[in-house]
Amino acid sequence: MENNQKKRSLTDTMTRFISLVAKRLPDDVYGKLEQLRLKEDSPLARTVYDAMFRNQEMAQELDRPSCQDTGVIQFFVRAGSEFPLLGSLRDVFDEAVREATRVSPLRHNAVETFEEKNTGDNTGVRVPWIDWDIIPGQKSAEIDVYMAGGGCTLPGAAKVLMPAAGYEGVVQFVFDVITSYGVNACPPLLVGVGVSTAVETAAVLSKKAILRPIGTRHPHPKAAEMEILLEKGLNEVGIGPQGLTGASSVMGVHIESSARHPSTIAVAVSVGCWSHRRGTIRIDGDMTYEILSHKGAAL
Amino acid sequence: MKRTLKTPIRNEDIESLTAGDIVYLDGTLVTCRDVGHRRLIEYGMDLPVDLSGMAIFHAGPIVRKAGEGWEMVSIGPTTSMRMESYERQFIEKTGVKLIVGKGGMGPETVEGCRRHKALHAVFPGGCAVLAATQIEEIERVEWQDLGMPESLWVCRVKSFGPLIISIDTKGNNLFERNRAGFDQKKGPVMEEIFRKVRYIK
Repeated sequence: MENNQKKRSLTDTMTRFISLVAKRLPDDVYGKLEQLRLKEDSPLARTVYDAMFRNQEMAQELDRPSCQDTGVIQFFVRAGSEFPLLGSLRDVFDEAVREATRVSPLRHNAVETFEEKNTGDNTGVRVPWIDWDIIPGQKSAEIDVYMAGGGCTLPGAAKVLMPAAGYEGVVQFVFDVITSYGVNACPPLLVGVGVSTAVETAAVLSKKAILRPIGTRHPHPKAAEMEILLEKGLNEVGIGPQGLTGASSVMGVHIESSARHPSTIAVAVSVGCWSHRRGTIRIDGDMTYEILSHKGAAL
Repeated sequence: MKRTLKTPIRNEDIESLTAGDIVYLDGTLVTCRDVGHRRLIEYGMDLPVDLSGMAIFHAGPIVRKAGEGWEMVSIGPTTSMRMESYERQFIEKTGVKLIVGKGGMGPETVEGCRRHKALHAVFPGGCAVLAATQIEEIERVEWQDLGMPESLWVCRVKSFGPLIISIDTKGNNLFERNRAGFDQKKGPVMEEIFRKVRYIK
């Protein structure tokens, strides 16, 4: 295949994949919600879960975005240095987003800052957002598509703590964010925590944390322990679906971390709502693909 | 028993309702969110829709052209708290009786609902296709210069819900009560975790 053909093929694949992500939840999220639903016995919590599952069925039946807020679209790319379209991905993503906005359809969610005008096609300065990791020597690329809705983006917060605050300070920060702003962000939530050196490094890591499949654990045993402690602790607070109280608050808590300056502990929280629309697709060098997040889905 | 409110809503239709009750709506529902509120309250612009006795929806939908009119594709509630600084005055100026959104609102809205007899209710967030299928027709659209999410979409709805009352006419605020409960619970839970995460030695 010529590079031009490859570009067209990938644009088409990504257009369809974006639409899929808008309309169907990934397998891990759907499975987790099914588990959490069974634990609820109050009439309000049950009413809300019934509406949630009915909504997902109807989105499939009617082929529509399951939530109206299809977000600002973000791509997290882990691309091989030998991936043939490395230099074309910005064009491919922009075009795929424009096309998916038209055909899905997606809501117009890109407001040009300072101009304060909605661009009407979900592209704008630096949007769709792209985050890059380059994998040496590899020919394929793994791409996460994430639809960052407004409601679950609002609680996002980061702070640089002094080391005296310790990991206790990290715990306090996570609890404060989730029990205040998190309540309005469509719980049960997927909570991402970045523990790092500076405000922006922690923030990026906290977002990457919610892109991990639910229930995967941080490789360091202490961080993995802290994930479980936070998850159990937040669930004991009993925020429930839509903040109406119930048996759980979160679908999970994931931590991502980096080394830090001895004088700082930076902590950030990113939140995913129950309708956590992310998808992962692997594109090989010949533009064939495998969908990793939605088993059995056809584009 | 399923309780249904019909627009125009009168005070006596809602005065007996209490935070935590579930109702449904028949009639007119108008989307109105950040800039719609800002234009009325901060800039003193007249709303192009008479909301007296009507219901508003904090929502920015996905719509598409269908012939001469519009089709509602997907519409779910947005975070109501963003409208908190405007809502008391909004209720006073418009005579709106039902505000539908997501999550709780604050003391200003509670005061507006108590004084002028109005309700805030939540539609389950993220359930946008369910809500879209309960809209019979988009009757018209105003302020289209604001773009798709912020325009005022005037909708006729049937059995729209479930709507969980979060603020009633008597000063009750369901989310405030819940939040106080969360704050009370979280202290001891965090103390327990603090003891286990003393990783800096």
